[in-house]
Amino acid sequence: MTNVYMPRKAEIVSIIPQTDIDYTFRLKSDILPQHGQFLQVSIPKIGEAPISISDYTDEYIELTIRKVGTVTDAIHELKPGDFLFIRGPYGHGFPVEDFKNKNVVIAAGGTGLAPVKSIINRYNRNPKEIKNLNILVGFKSPKDILFEDEIKKWKEKFDVLLTVDNGDETWTGNTGLITKFIPDLKIENPDDTIVIVVGPPMMMKFTCLEFLKRGIPEKNIWVSFERKMSCSIGKCGHCKINETYVCLEGPVFNYTKSKQLLD
Amino acid sequence: MGIELDVKSFDNALKILSKKYKIFAPVRLKGKGSFSDTDLVTYGEISSYKDIELSEKSRYSPKEVIYPITQTLFYFTEDEYKEPEIDDKGIIVFLRPCDANSYLKLDNIFLKNGPYEDNYYKRLRDKVKFFVIECTKGFSTCFCVSTGSNKFLDYDVFFRFDNDKITCDVKNDEFSYAFSGKEVEFTPEFIEKNEIEVKLPDIDKISQNLEYVFNHELWDEYTKRCIACGRCTVSCPTCSCFSMQDIFYKDNPKCGERRRVWASCMVDGFTDVAGGHSYRQKYGERMRFKVMHKIYDYKKRFGTTMCVGCGRCDDVCPEYISFIKIVSKVTDAVDRGESK
Repeated sequence: MTNVYMPRKAEIVSIIPQTDIDYTFRLKSDILPQHGQFLQVSIPKIGEAPISISDYTDEYIELTIRKVGTVTDAIHELKPGDFLFIRGPYGHGFPVEDFKNKNVVIAAGGTGLAPVKSIINRYNRNPKEIKNLNILVGFKSPKDILFEDEIKKWKEKFDVLLTVDNGDETWTGNTGLITKFIPDLKIENPDDTIVIVVGPPMMMKFTCLEFLKRGIPEKNIWVSFERKMSCSIGKCGHCKINETYVCLEGPVFNYTKSKQLLD
Repeated sequence: MGIELDVKSFDNALKILSKKYKIFAPVRLKGKGSFSDTDLVTYGEISSYKDIELSEKSRYSPKEVIYPITQTLFYFTEDEYKEPEIDDKGIIVFLRPCDANSYLKLDNIFLKNGPYEDNYYKRLRDKVKFFVIECTKGFSTCFCVSTGSNKFLDYDVFFRFDNDKITCDVKNDEFSYAFSGKEVEFTPEFIEKNEIEVKLPDIDKISQNLEYVFNHELWDEYTKRCIACGRCTVSCPTCSCFSMQDIFYKDNPKCGERRRVWASCMVDGFTDVAGGHSYRQKYGERMRFKVMHKIYDYKKRFGTTMCVGCGRCDDVCPEYISFIKIVSKVTDAVDRGESK
């Protein structure tokens, strides 16, 4: 019988610190996930946690992990050459095939940028796949900014709006929540525009509402949920909302579905 | 046709079967109850007729036979993951129809939900033989007729225990060798009417009025009354949620285990995500989540009501909260809400 909880060993090839508490771990792997899928990542005797895949090639995958608990604290102690244990990928990602030749807007808050970063890089490599890309990213403060180098690269090709909730004395960029910038966003044809929103629950809720106000149809909005998960295969029950299992039917949902996920 | 047995021949059958099977039944553990000088009726291994407790409903269900409270998934030595062995014996469970039906409810989660079968569940579940205990009267908090779980026909052997007179119907021929006695006419009976009847809500009506039901004031009472102890979910034969837990051995920290342990949607921490956010902080919201799972969303997903009407949640609640009463309130609210 196949053991569905058995992880496989994956070597850490490099570690890229993003902030004091967010590191990107690059693991040797030939997993080719859908954008937005996630893995269960574990260290034996410490524990297991669901982590979204922040990028991948056919040689490696990247996990951007914030140090916020027992498992992630231990992961942050690891060095290149050490191993993580992974199972997955799990869940449904963003249906990028349906986004072809559309205007795409990606709004990400904080670590919410991780699960959508691979989509942005996909478009960065193949800009012709879509009409244009608008990126809105928000972080709490300048020191919380993730993927700074990549954001710079994106700016060369796409409209990128970077904002922080609270600046510091050296900050000269935008301040304020993402929602503040949506009313002035250039949206030419709402019906032909796909919006992806990922971030903390409150950010997603109000960002979606702002886009609805701009006339984006509900069915064009996509979100990704974060929930506690112990199994990721529809057994443990932690991520269930009504009859929906976030690990199975999500974590990516169309807004027409996500708005019904009352909790 | 049935076979009539006396205690001696029944015990002899158990003795024969015990060579190939572990045999579980409700048992009375003297002095093990929550309160001083009270007993605990629960599931345990038995070897004779006198071990079986039939006069009282078991506080805990037989689910732990196939889904243990704590189950080791892996043993770790350094970085090696090793799956624990299980013994070769089969499993016989003496249970009432409601509890037999609860195994089918667990099957939906562990074997049918999502793309994979849960291998740890399956390897125990595949061993199970149902020795169903005839139950025609039930107990004061039973409502299995209302939930449609009063009958279970897919038994291996069916038993009527009438004091010391035992009649059985051996449906599975593989057990014929163990039971010998006088052949008698025997038709298994099932309870047709409980003392308590509950009208379950129409799930389509809930779907159409989801926000109304979710935000209904009826849940507020449980924010005040419920203490989030999780007893209802522990005693429930169909609750199946678990959390992963890694440990290392204190005397050798290089070795350890990954386990799964029962979890409860009623208890703090169930929805905690990294960084401190959690959902359903109010106890009334947790009550709504649990009740709706039992009577609404599980049915929407699997086509059958999750609750089997055993009434254990009502028996064990330290705050005397009645699930039956909540279900009635929901049905009532749904019916009234719809007519508005």
